[in-house]
Amino acid sequence: MIYLDLLICLVTVLAAVGAMRSRNLVSAAVMVGAVSLMVSYLFVRMSAPDVAMTEAAIGAGLSTLIFLIAIRRTGEDEG
Amino acid sequence: MKQIFSLVLLVIMGVMLWSLIPLGQPTEPGEVAEHYIRHGIEENRGANLVTSVIVNYRGFDTLGEVTVLFLSVAGAGFVLRRREGLAPLTARPSSEILQTGARMLFAPLIVFGAYIFVHGHLSPGGGFQGGAVVASAVMLLLLADRDHRLPHGFMSWLESAAGFGYVLTGLAGLMVAGSFLSNQGVLPLGTWNRLFSGGVIPVIYILVGLKVGTELSVLLETMMNSGRPADTTGGEH
Amino acid sequence: MNTLTPATLYLATAIALILIGFAGLLVRRNILKMVLGFALVDTGIHLLIATLGSNPGKAAPILDSAELAADPGLVVDPVPQALVLTAIVIGLGVTALMLAYVVRLFALKKTLDVSEFGRLKW
Repeated sequence: MIYLDLLICLVTVLAAVGAMRSRNLVSAAVMVGAVSLMVSYLFVRMSAPDVAMTEAAIGAGLSTLIFLIAIRRTGEDEG
Repeated sequence: MKQIFSLVLLVIMGVMLWSLIPLGQPTEPGEVAEHYIRHGIEENRGANLVTSVIVNYRGFDTLGEVTVLFLSVAGAGFVLRRREGLAPLTARPSSEILQTGARMLFAPLIVFGAYIFVHGHLSPGGGFQGGAVVASAVMLLLLADRDHRLPHGFMSWLESAAGFGYVLTGLAGLMVAGSFLSNQGVLPLGTWNRLFSGGVIPVIYILVGLKVGTELSVLLETMMNSGRPADTTGGEH
Repeated sequence: MNTLTPATLYLATAIALILIGFAGLLVRRNILKMVLGFALVDTGIHLLIATLGSNPGKAAPILDSAELAADPGLVVDPVPQALVLTAIVIGLGVTALMLAYVVRLFALKKTLDVSEFGRLKW
């Protein structure tokens, strides 16, 4: 089980680095959403199902949506 | 220069945060949490202790939190209120299949959100999660049909009524048991692990769910539809 | 590495998320990218607080069976979880307000480069 945790944590950190390094804002927003989703798995592992639900619904769902709307309204290419 | 400064700042922060690593041992509940765990069921009859803490033991904090959420939504509406210079969100019209599917999914999603916040005291979930699900149902409708308008009068009425109901429930506790948001004697506590149990906890969590759901829906609508030409809805709620 | 416990691993992940988010906040010049970095810091802090109050061997604080309700030693501390839950919702509100400002600032200058917004009055 610890190896699955290790894998998830590794992917989380890699997605975060990718989000900050990516030139494309849409993919960066989606990667931040993926980080939230994997963190919600970690919340389940530490027996916090309430927090995991909130993180998945709000952190990974709604907040990614709001990011995508804002990106759409401000032009998608980034420097 | 700026890069070096950032790097130094990050290294300092990293060292400071790294000193937290030894704290990563399994912790035992503290004195307060011990009380919540031992006496939670006899005091509140709610099976979900997180819900008991959020709605009852720290209910005042949650009232403030819902207010903060309301203020941030109102702030976003205020910032995006004026239309000049604002680029509207453009998209080609969605297909018939998407529109019909979204309309069919809307009611089940609302019911699912309501299920989550009605059962907040029994199982994982509650007003905030259920409210987010309700808001995502509204979002689906808005995304599928770009000309869809939310009933703003009804939404703001529901939102205010939910907030008012929360405060009234708290005041009822003040009248009956002598402390704001108290759960003793306001409503019958019922039997543990049944739907009608927990006294005022389900009532408050349903109100929180309605409030969060309407607030997040209006927030999404403001972010999407403000700045559209001939638009009178953006932010006026 | 033979003493790697889940809590240590989660703490390290949380610290990494906070640092990566702050690095993005400091180095990037696009305002939207800075808000994304802020969201990462937010997630990292939630993970940090939840981990500091966790105990991976115990059950969730939902006393829906008779043996859990009978023995309070079996469940984890519910207080940090309640705090993190509220913090997540507040985080969404803060992020949404920042994004509303981003949309407004873009309408003002037609750019998202933060060095263009040097003046205090606008």
